[in-house]
Amino acid sequence: MHDVVNVVLAGLGGQGVIKASDILAEAAFLAGFDVKKSEIHGMSQRGGSVASDVRYGREVHSPMIPRGQAHYLVILERTQVNANRAVLREDGLLITPDFIPYFEKENEDGTPTTDRRMLNVAMLGVLSAYLDIPEEHWLAAVKANVPVRALEANIKVFQTGRTVEQALAGTRG
Amino acid sequence: MSQLSRLLMSGNEALALAATHAGITLGTGYPGTPSTEILENFSLLGGNAQWAPNEKVALEVGIGVAFAGGRSLVTMKHVGVNVAADPLFTAAYTGVTGALVLVAADDPGMASSQNEQDSRQYARAAAVPMLEPSDSQEAYDFLFTAIEISERWNIPVMFRMTTRVCHSKTVVHSRAVAQTAPTPHYERDLPHRVMIPAYARPAHRRLREKLRQIAEWCETSTLNRVSGGDDAKTGIIAAGIVFAHVREAAPNAPVLKLGMTHPLPYKAIRAFAESVERCVIIEDGDPYLEESIRAQGIAADTKQEMYRYGELSVQRVQRILNNDVSPEPAPVPGKPPQLCMGCPHRVAFSVLSRMGCIVSGDIGCYTLGVLPPFEGIDTCVCMGASIGVGLGLRHALPEDEARRVVSVIGDSTFVHSGLTGIVEMVYNKPSTGHLLIILDNGTTAMTGMQEHPGTGRKLDHSPGGKLNIEAMCAALGMERIHTVDPTEDPEAFERLVKECLASGEVELIVARKPCKLAEKRIASYEAAAAQPQECESNA
Repeated sequence: MHDVVNVVLAGLGGQGVIKASDILAEAAFLAGFDVKKSEIHGMSQRGGSVASDVRYGREVHSPMIPRGQAHYLVILERTQVNANRAVLREDGLLITPDFIPYFEKENEDGTPTTDRRMLNVAMLGVLSAYLDIPEEHWLAAVKANVPVRALEANIKVFQTGRTVEQALAGTRG
Repeated sequence: MSQLSRLLMSGNEALALAATHAGITLGTGYPGTPSTEILENFSLLGGNAQWAPNEKVALEVGIGVAFAGGRSLVTMKHVGVNVAADPLFTAAYTGVTGALVLVAADDPGMASSQNEQDSRQYARAAAVPMLEPSDSQEAYDFLFTAIEISERWNIPVMFRMTTRVCHSKTVVHSRAVAQTAPTPHYERDLPHRVMIPAYARPAHRRLREKLRQIAEWCETSTLNRVSGGDDAKTGIIAAGIVFAHVREAAPNAPVLKLGMTHPLPYKAIRAFAESVERCVIIEDGDPYLEESIRAQGIAADTKQEMYRYGELSVQRVQRILNNDVSPEPAPVPGKPPQLCMGCPHRVAFSVLSRMGCIVSGDIGCYTLGVLPPFEGIDTCVCMGASIGVGLGLRHALPEDEARRVVSVIGDSTFVHSGLTGIVEMVYNKPSTGHLLIILDNGTTAMTGMQEHPGTGRKLDHSPGGKLNIEAMCAALGMERIHTVDPTEDPEAFERLVKECLASGEVELIVARKPCKLAEKRIASYEAAAAQPQECESNA
């Protein structure tokens, strides 16, 4: 594993990017790592681009991930890939909603099979398959950051994302 | 009593926790990114926190608390200090009995601000000490130190946060034992509290003597420390968030980290500069450290002019160290923010845009009305400027253009700085009249839906005194006041604007419709207020 793991999560305001980075930061924190998390607030609720940096390891200095240094770039909205791609290392992994095609399935009447608002947590499930953070800390972090009424469903999408990705991880190129 | 614990929190949350542990008597301020969450979190932790109508009033209330021997915390964004500058400069003379800590949250890079002014200049100009934390741990620790300095030297202390320190989450170890603030009591002390010239002259000398003592104390304080590597080829002087970038960009370089940036410990700085082959000062914002340190005859390299703009980062620190002034890679633009779908301001800007109005705008969500498709704002300077600037345009422009000038301001901004604008509008009425539209969406939306006097609810959303905007404007002499919901009938709204522009009188339209994002919350606060008995019986 790297000394410091750098993850950028990005999407549009309202997609839960910051919530997702809160969960990731908390999971790494509970696992005992030094953690720093940074993003620009303020305009995010107005539908604009949002990106959040999470860094963890033995000792983290700057809270901002330098250009070209992200090991993982998790994108919640496909249109936001270009605006963020420069942050990714050459050998970094871009994780998009294409990793979880099942998440976007629809019922016969056109309604989604899964509540789309949980996309952020589902994507964290995918990401978690690559990170050295024990599952118990992920679950505790999800629990600390989602409302009780939505907890069970969120845990389910997280675990689905995680287990499916664990099975597929070797096949991503 | 609190337990020593390891926490992951933002700088703003850490400051709020420290405020709780340090026994802050009262926290007050005005919302402004990136400072807003300090008081909100202080309140959630059980602290006594309140919003003031603006930063000047907040600081004055804080001064009163500190005159009474209490501990006060006053928070604002950097531009708020401009509003609070009047009491600040003279509170430095009067000094305080208890503690007064003024948090100024700077926004290098202007993530959500109209300028990138540097609050360190204020500390120097007002002659008050300034502390600068670089992460959440220091935000927590330094508040205790700020209070100690304030109480020991009876002086207001400024506390410079920056966007990245405010909003980044980092690990904090909190203290095991909470402090109790001294019990406020009144002591009459006319020469120290009443700044007539006869008392102010010695007060100025006292202030400079305090600063001299604090500078001496600062020389050996643990606020300033040397860390990093031991390769004496290049040594770096840094403060605040820049310290974090420096440690990463130059892991082998020794770094003199300044926790106190006014007054500066020049002996320690000189000793450090002489201990390395090349000393480089790296700072965001103005060349404040550079000018101060070089004025002492201490040799040091500094950043190149291009790095004065925007926030620093690990890469930019590397470029500064390498004297690299080649163009930086341009960021790929993302999707800009916009007025929300269903936002009531959309109707107003559609109408003003269609009518070809010259719109003197103000600070808030509605400033986004400048972006396509509306491009419906012509000016935006500072809080409250919409009215004065609009009146100035009316006075100066030829009649056919003057008649198209409209001032537009939000409800919270109006309460903050609009009242005197109304007085000016009534007192020095332009020959063509004027139209002011108050876009009242029932909340301070831009900063995250905070309350203000016009909502009639306090910081914690419980009921408070309510300012009636129409009644107040009427009392100030505004005779033609129209209250409408612009979304109900946009065509009727457009007709009303036309009539107001044609009348040649001073006209006020209060365009009232709750913010789409705040609507549900406002309803829930109102429902809670309707059942106060139930809440109390549970307490």
